[in-house]
Amino acid sequence: MNYSDTYLRTILTESKTIAAVGVSTNSIRPSYFVARYLNLKKYRVLPVNPVYEGQMLFGEEIYPTMAALPRDLTVDMVDVFRRPDQVLPVVEEAIEHLLPRGLKTIWMQIGVVNEEAAALAESAGLKVVMNRCPKIEHQRLFGELRMGGFNTGIISSKL
Amino acid sequence: MTEFGFDTLQIHAGARPDPATGARQTPIYQTTGYVFRDADHAAALFNLQEVGYIYSRLTNPTVAVLQERVATLEGGVGAVCCSSGHAAQIMALFPLMTPGDNVVVSTRLYGGSITQLSQTIKRFGWSATFVDFDDIDAVKAAADGKTKAIFCESISNPGGYLTDIPAVAAVANELGVPLIVDNTLASPYLCKPIEMGATLVVHSLTKYLTGNGTVTGGVVVDSGNFDWSANDKFPSLSQPEPAYHGLKFHETFGNLAFTFHGIAIGLRDLGMTLNPQAAHYTLMGIETLSLRMQRHVENAEKVAAWLEADPRVDYVTYAGLPSSPYAARKAAIYPKGAGALFTFAVKGGYEACVKLVDSVEIFSHVANLGDTRSLIIHSASTTHRQLTLEQQEAAGAGPSVVRLSIGIEDADDLIRDLDQALTTATA
Repeated sequence: MNYSDTYLRTILTESKTIAAVGVSTNSIRPSYFVARYLNLKKYRVLPVNPVYEGQMLFGEEIYPTMAALPRDLTVDMVDVFRRPDQVLPVVEEAIEHLLPRGLKTIWMQIGVVNEEAAALAESAGLKVVMNRCPKIEHQRLFGELRMGGFNTGIISSKL
Repeated sequence: MTEFGFDTLQIHAGARPDPATGARQTPIYQTTGYVFRDADHAAALFNLQEVGYIYSRLTNPTVAVLQERVATLEGGVGAVCCSSGHAAQIMALFPLMTPGDNVVVSTRLYGGSITQLSQTIKRFGWSATFVDFDDIDAVKAAADGKTKAIFCESISNPGGYLTDIPAVAAVANELGVPLIVDNTLASPYLCKPIEMGATLVVHSLTKYLTGNGTVTGGVVVDSGNFDWSANDKFPSLSQPEPAYHGLKFHETFGNLAFTFHGIAIGLRDLGMTLNPQAAHYTLMGIETLSLRMQRHVENAEKVAAWLEADPRVDYVTYAGLPSSPYAARKAAIYPKGAGALFTFAVKGGYEACVKLVDSVEIFSHVANLGDTRSLIIHSASTTHRQLTLEQQEAAGAGPSVVRLSIGIEDADDLIRDLDQALTTATA
């Protein structure tokens, strides 16, 4: 799974609203970390997790399902925090309920790979990223990881 | 990602024009603290939710450029700089080891490293088991349930020996422990241990990377390839960290975990930080690394061949000589060269060695290596002095040999200098 920097940069630039499916409210869980970071970077993060239905996270109500997200909202990307074998129904639900509302990308976190779900999403015209973290990719592509001494792979003589 | 060549990366990786001023050369950010945008920003930084600058014990913009540059040249995912090569070794072991744990170590190491690993780390409750790394079965046999790492040098100090990194990496992989390679003498130009299976690479930046004998520094590069959570052997990386509210580094930061740990725990609490001035000198040096290494190797090959043919010389250990027992390994694993550090034995033993060191005019009698200047030292009475005779011999630093660090002067001038000094020493 090799994604070009341009491909990832496009996704992270065109997405404004992200449904975080399976996000935890526990502040030391990786899913919380990622969602919190995306929220800090001014993305609107819509938490989806039936376990915490009705609670608040980053100023947003937590919805039990993607179908339950308010009808007037555009959702650009679904970030999947689920085990690989549970991704297919998530993608099916996303296509059914969010494709009509502007969905462009299905993003699966590090360790999450499901080729069947990816093929389904792609056949619906969606971009797909697997086994990556949008927080790390955002930090890498937009200069933040550079501050920590990480290999960003970015060479540029531009300001 | 575009694949850039080594010469491009040694100049550009990690650096960009300064966003505040457009300055093309990396500025020296001589500051201890950094202003937070607001309370939320400060909280996110302290919680490791965002990467940024808090305090220069942890991160600094000049040092960060150097870290990314070395990480890139070594093919790792990230790097943490520290105050010396010795500090780098502790920084590499610290996340892996708990009291009672051990590391399996090559007998062929810089004398100071042998002392650090055989003596000083005992104070942390750690221990080292020393083995001949040419005996792969012995390396395997030396490991036990408390072994947390395997440690060796690529080209070993005082020279003449090249580690079979792929073979050692295979053992480490079988044992499920990380292989740490000190790549100081090769530099990433001559050897890339991560491509051969190493998990971590450490350097003394002081040597070839800086290349001008100005500053001391060290670095730990992480390949990002080790699964710290495969079992419970590495709790610092896989288990909840009390100092960060129970966060698990590997789970949270994925393959960047070791580097995050190095900053957030290692530099925070051990404090062996590299200062930005030193990072600046090293960045200047790295820009010409490949050019210097080519000349270092070319000169070393000429000088070693001349010495080997001289009747006043007993033997030369340089692994770049066709006569070296490691010639085949050099061709297979170190095709660009066997470095520029080696020893040779003067007929006349210890007395002749001491006289030789006193008689050179261009070579400097210095306890350093990897300088542009050629250096000479009698290891047994200096860099390997704290060792027993047996340890000295095992490390290739017995009393009858002199160590040369070949610089990038004219090879003919270096040969002339050794010629006159040998005449005096053996008179």
